[in-house]
Amino acid sequence: MSTGIGARVKRKEDKRFITGQGRYTDDVRVDNQAYAAFVRSPHAHAKVTSIDKSEAEAAEGVIAVLDGRQLTGDGIGNLICGWAVSSKDGSPMNMGPWSALATDRVRYVGDAVAVVIAETKQQARDAAELVAVEYEELPVVASSTAALEDGAVQVHDNAPGNIVFDWEIGDEAATDAALAGAAHVTEMRVVNNRLSPNPMEPRSAVAIYDSAEDHYTLYTTSQNPHVARLVLSAFYNVAPEHKLRVIAPDVGGGFGAKIYIYPEEITCLWASMKTGRSVKWTADRSEAFVTDAHGRDHVTHARMGFDANGKIVGFKVDTHANLGAYMSLFSSATPTYLYATLLSGQYDIQNIYGNVKGIYTNTVPVDAYRGAGRPEATFLVERTMETAAREMGMDPAELRRRNFIGSFPHQTPVIMTYDAGDFAGNLDMGQAAADVAGFPARKAEAASRGKLRGLGYSCYIEACGIAPSAAVGSLGAGVGLWESAEVRVNPVGTIEILTGSHSHGQGHETTFAQIVGERFGLPIENVSIVHGDTDKVQFGMGTYGSRSGAVGMSAIVKAMDKVEAKVKKIAAHVLEASEDDIVIEGGAVKVAGTDKQMLWHEVGLAAYTAHNLPAGMEPGLKETAFYDPVNFTFPAGCYIAEVEVDPETGVTKIIQFTAADDFGTVINPMIVEGQVHGGAAQGIGQAMLEGVVYDEDGQLLTGSYMDYCMPRADDVPFYRIEHNKTICPGNPLGMKGCGEAGAIGTPPAIINAITDAIGNNDLQMPATPLKVWTALQAAQKPMAAE
Amino acid sequence: MYQTKYHRPASIDDAVAALAAAEDGKFLSGGQTLLATMKQRLAAPTDLVDLRGIPGMSGITVDADGVTIGAATIHADVAASPEVAAAIPALAALASHIGDPAVRHMGTIGGSLANNDPAADYPAAVLGLNGTVITNQREIPAEEYFVGLFTTALEEGEIIKAVRFPRPKRAAYQKFAQPASRFALVGVLVAETDDGVRVAITGAGSDGVFRAGAFEAALNGDFSAGALDSASVDADDLMNDIHATPEYRAHLARVLAQRAVKAAG
Repeated sequence: MSTGIGARVKRKEDKRFITGQGRYTDDVRVDNQAYAAFVRSPHAHAKVTSIDKSEAEAAEGVIAVLDGRQLTGDGIGNLICGWAVSSKDGSPMNMGPWSALATDRVRYVGDAVAVVIAETKQQARDAAELVAVEYEELPVVASSTAALEDGAVQVHDNAPGNIVFDWEIGDEAATDAALAGAAHVTEMRVVNNRLSPNPMEPRSAVAIYDSAEDHYTLYTTSQNPHVARLVLSAFYNVAPEHKLRVIAPDVGGGFGAKIYIYPEEITCLWASMKTGRSVKWTADRSEAFVTDAHGRDHVTHARMGFDANGKIVGFKVDTHANLGAYMSLFSSATPTYLYATLLSGQYDIQNIYGNVKGIYTNTVPVDAYRGAGRPEATFLVERTMETAAREMGMDPAELRRRNFIGSFPHQTPVIMTYDAGDFAGNLDMGQAAADVAGFPARKAEAASRGKLRGLGYSCYIEACGIAPSAAVGSLGAGVGLWESAEVRVNPVGTIEILTGSHSHGQGHETTFAQIVGERFGLPIENVSIVHGDTDKVQFGMGTYGSRSGAVGMSAIVKAMDKVEAKVKKIAAHVLEASEDDIVIEGGAVKVAGTDKQMLWHEVGLAAYTAHNLPAGMEPGLKETAFYDPVNFTFPAGCYIAEVEVDPETGVTKIIQFTAADDFGTVINPMIVEGQVHGGAAQGIGQAMLEGVVYDEDGQLLTGSYMDYCMPRADDVPFYRIEHNKTICPGNPLGMKGCGEAGAIGTPPAIINAITDAIGNNDLQMPATPLKVWTALQAAQKPMAAE
Repeated sequence: MYQTKYHRPASIDDAVAALAAAEDGKFLSGGQTLLATMKQRLAAPTDLVDLRGIPGMSGITVDADGVTIGAATIHADVAASPEVAAAIPALAALASHIGDPAVRHMGTIGGSLANNDPAADYPAAVLGLNGTVITNQREIPAEEYFVGLFTTALEEGEIIKAVRFPRPKRAAYQKFAQPASRFALVGVLVAETDDGVRVAITGAGSDGVFRAGAFEAALNGDFSAGALDSASVDADDLMNDIHATPEYRAHLARVLAQRAVKAAG
């Protein structure tokens, strides 16, 4: 059976996961282990007037009780935001300070003020309750709406009106003029609900300080250990990079929440040095709800104008993005460059203007969560398109077809240059698979049972494979977004791939091996993937933004190019042939058209014995490459949801869900389908189940699974998945990325279907039975009055 | 979880004595609420007195009068019992929808009733089927047993031994699950008994499980779903939270009562 590109290879890593032999951060046990427990604010906003540690320090097993003044006193730096976004008047972000342990003021429920280090986890937690913190409560702003009210309390002194930035993109005057001349204007108010990421494995850290070497090791739940090391070293002053090793072993899901370097990891490293003990911390689920960066939380007003033929003439968007109490690492980029640059959707729109206000509130910091900005853009565009079609009495698919971009490359008015795509083809494929033609009959049959059927589209596009370093640098990014790889051919011919991408559910150990096996004609068992350790891997920017294929694999390809060139040189020399005549196939290096060959491992051995190499050639066979993408990639597709609503209860059942995706080249269809299944489940979660709720005092009402509803197996349907394949011209394998599409494309399809069923467009996520029933009552009232 | 001392007495007398001797003890019978609360450090009993090891506390007896279920009987056993399914199918069905499989294999009927969560399922069964709670001290009719939110007629040291359900003429339970917890957002048990129709509603009431008098009156005149078309429960007496408004709960109560009437056949 083929194991190359396009083969449904079962995952190499699953043996250890399925048999319980995965090694996660919390599984790490070292000598001299102590445990950390954090003292957290019960108030959403308060001054810290005093901290009395005496009782806790005297408690059994306690090694130290440390607070924020000690931390800042030791020179540990404030947390940073890695992307500078300027306001439309040119002013920089109004960013307030964020210390890993708060010193004089707390700004959300869960903000840490002290940490207890003790011999056991139990003793640490018991003693944490004995730390007596006195607070003076302050007024609270728990939503972006409350934060913008006149006279609202300021979360940070240097952010007047709680506005971090007031950013814009596009041409406002031209867009206003286009809307003024439009034959029809559709107005929308769209709320993108706030989500809690909930990876299965909670965050965890084990910090080990070696006083003899003045060296630190951090095991942690990270999607990007090198970025963690860079930030911990360059900005938090924990240790210089050569004195700090960061290891992200098996990681049980990230979804964005494990990109960032959080106060807990910083504190554990510092505490390890302070106490001379290794320090371990693992969040419990309650702690995860109040410390993992939340996602989304936008309130948007939008107007889209059309000419008499249904052609879009302009799109104007005004978004309030709740950033929480502090600026998380990429929190500024998520609602700006990752969001508003996709407001053109799949459509040829000449005039677009977006204004985004980033707003401080007394809530958990908000940052990128699976999709990151692109779900918000897609939800807005696709809800607006569907609503506009209904208002104009047009078939929503036909309205989309009239506006699809048909030729590439296509420059949108909001920065992006789409390189390839087949939007009409995706829609055709989706409509055929979903049997849209048969929908009216199914709707009638449902009606005969007293049920309301609805059908909804979502033609999504996303920008993945982030990103060209110079381009993001010009937009304010503090880092380059290339990736690196090292291909290490051993003397026996087996291969290790050292990659800066990090696998936390994506299956890299399988798919990366597939491209190597295909290239050199080797069984994938002969290829192993090394990742997640800054002492082993040269460097890397990590895994997020669906970049491990388009960027991470491209770096591997580039390194393989170098290996191949050297292999050919060696073989040509040994076989006394011309380098141009050497071909690599089926595990052998051959002289084309002859029976002369070396087996793959013989070349490896020749490289390392170095007995007979071309003059001047260095021994060894390993090559490193850094790959910097030339453009974003643009996965796109058409999702179609068909739902049935019970009008008596408001319960919605997803009858059928079709995903027609264009991811470019697919390495392993099984893994890609799994990514779509998981993403769609998260999209269904956002659309129908999940929503973080704060009360007006900033208390989290959805702090456990008793109130925060994660999708369960019986909440999700079987999926119909189709793949269109337009090849991405920007990278050697032609890949676009598949990790986020499900989470991006799904919510508008679901909400468009439900609103179609109930005949009321005014429905916000999560569309719980309560909300659907309430919207249905509102829709039925005018009829009852007639 | 804080430190606690675990006891597993072999008799009811030993259990009562263990609780009396404890500084702040709690009876344990499956712990599907108590243990989770302790893990969140929201409860800190010094002693846990586990009642499940006491002989005679679990098991199901079905006779001509009805069904008697030992207090330490797990939900899964009630759900799977062919005798219960034959005698009172609504009861077996109700038990089969409590929590998830793990909860149903640890949680017990006595534990559920002693806790009296306002969104639990069993209170609707006991009140709707006119059950009797049998303790080590007395027999408590359903009407007197449920006092309020997490509050019952049980005295300190009083232990539920069993629950007796008389056979109804017909009955059915309809549950609308709160999406996250899957407790009852509203659960309605409708039973036609020798003494008339009883309708018990859980999950909705501000004071816990209650009987819907208006529904009972309508159904006593005409045991049909249509008889409830214009009947209602007063939304003012219902809970309001992020999952449901009182109006939605009142609406669901009627819809579920109608479905229960149909299901009762």
